[in-house]
Amino acid sequence: MPSKPPKIDMTPMVDLFFLLLIFFILTATFRAPEAVAVDTPSSISNTTTPEKHVMTIMVSKDNMVFFNVDNGIDTSEHLRGKILQAVGQQYQIKFTPEEIKKFEGMSSFGLPMDKMKAWITAQDAKARDAMHIGMPVDSTDNQLMMWVRMSRLYNSELEVAIKGDQGADYTTIKKVIDVLQDNNVNKFNLTTNLESVDVNIDNL
Amino acid sequence: MAEIIANEGGHGKGKGKARAKKHGTHIDMTPMVDLACLLLTFFMLTTAFSKAKVMEIVLPEKSDKPQDAPQLDKDRALNIILIEGDKVLWYNGLADPTKPPLPTLTESDFSNEGIRRVLLRRNKDLFLEIEAMNKGVTEGTLEIPRDSVASRRKKMMTKDHKGPVVLIKAAENVKYKNIVDIIDEMAICNIARYALVDINVVEKKMVADYLASQASGATSSK
Repeated sequence: MPSKPPKIDMTPMVDLFFLLLIFFILTATFRAPEAVAVDTPSSISNTTTPEKHVMTIMVSKDNMVFFNVDNGIDTSEHLRGKILQAVGQQYQIKFTPEEIKKFEGMSSFGLPMDKMKAWITAQDAKARDAMHIGMPVDSTDNQLMMWVRMSRLYNSELEVAIKGDQGADYTTIKKVIDVLQDNNVNKFNLTTNLESVDVNIDNL
Repeated sequence: MAEIIANEGGHGKGKGKARAKKHGTHIDMTPMVDLACLLLTFFMLTTAFSKAKVMEIVLPEKSDKPQDAPQLDKDRALNIILIEGDKVLWYNGLADPTKPPLPTLTESDFSNEGIRRVLLRRNKDLFLEIEAMNKGVTEGTLEIPRDSVASRRKKMMTKDHKGPVVLIKAAENVKYKNIVDIIDEMAICNIARYALVDINVVEKKMVADYLASQASGATSSK
């Protein structure tokens, strides 16, 4: 009699797979990809980024400023949409309900307000990325100021995270900080990577 | 009753049909398991476990009214000027053009033996005190709740009246990395009092003079 191939009971393995799968699905947080890659400097700080109610201002390597604000914990408030409308009003730009809805699901942006409509309606991510030229932060046309002001108007709990690239100029960061301080924000979170240092305390 | 049971038993034993039915409903689970595996791999690879860390800084409120500069103890003041090329210049005391001579600048860097050594020397007492507490907590000799370590550290810092008051200034073309590094240095050395301030005219001139003397020194030595 030919011997049957041995049968392995795979049930426990499959059970485990499903368990892990459910765990990973539940813990995964989805977010839209950021507009720019930022290589943050490192520090010994071990504080984690706040989960929600964060306004992120990114400064890329070539000193372009990007802005992002989240929808908050209660997404039914549609904070992003409200902020967009409010800022649009300042520059006499009206957005359609579809555009507002689309904007709510999007991520960071770094472009002047007059390009906003084109950015929201752009075909794909590639076209959108090509539009980023940095948000104006000059004294003549300070649009970041407007975004910060409107965001804080609609969400008073906002915390500020500044995510600057290692190679960004301090003058640009200083400009961003000045804008925030003009809006009475005096506490900042600088996003950094964790590093460990050894301190030599011999013969001080 | 007994008859019926016996009858049923006989029925089951006699024919192999019932047993065949038992084995008949075999569902091939392979595709489902394949899919589960695939999804599992996807989620495992896309999950980022380490959250981004942040460093908190609090700056003094800006006010439109011109304020008197806060009175600073001359002996405690330590000025750090960041300059281009990851370098640091520092001097003690205050640069007051009405009271010459101006303090001399010393060059340093961000290495372990650079500005950190300068800061540690000045802040020795407080640093060792906090280090001793941290060591006690990790080794278990000092029994205080973990969450109160930070508040104790803060209390030690407010009580400190000997350590330096560090004024951080940035010259032109300084990269953001350096600013983060120097603030991080403050955290490493447990500096109780430091501030990020704008560079003033006198210091700008001091830096320019220093760089000029460096350049001429380099050429003359050749």
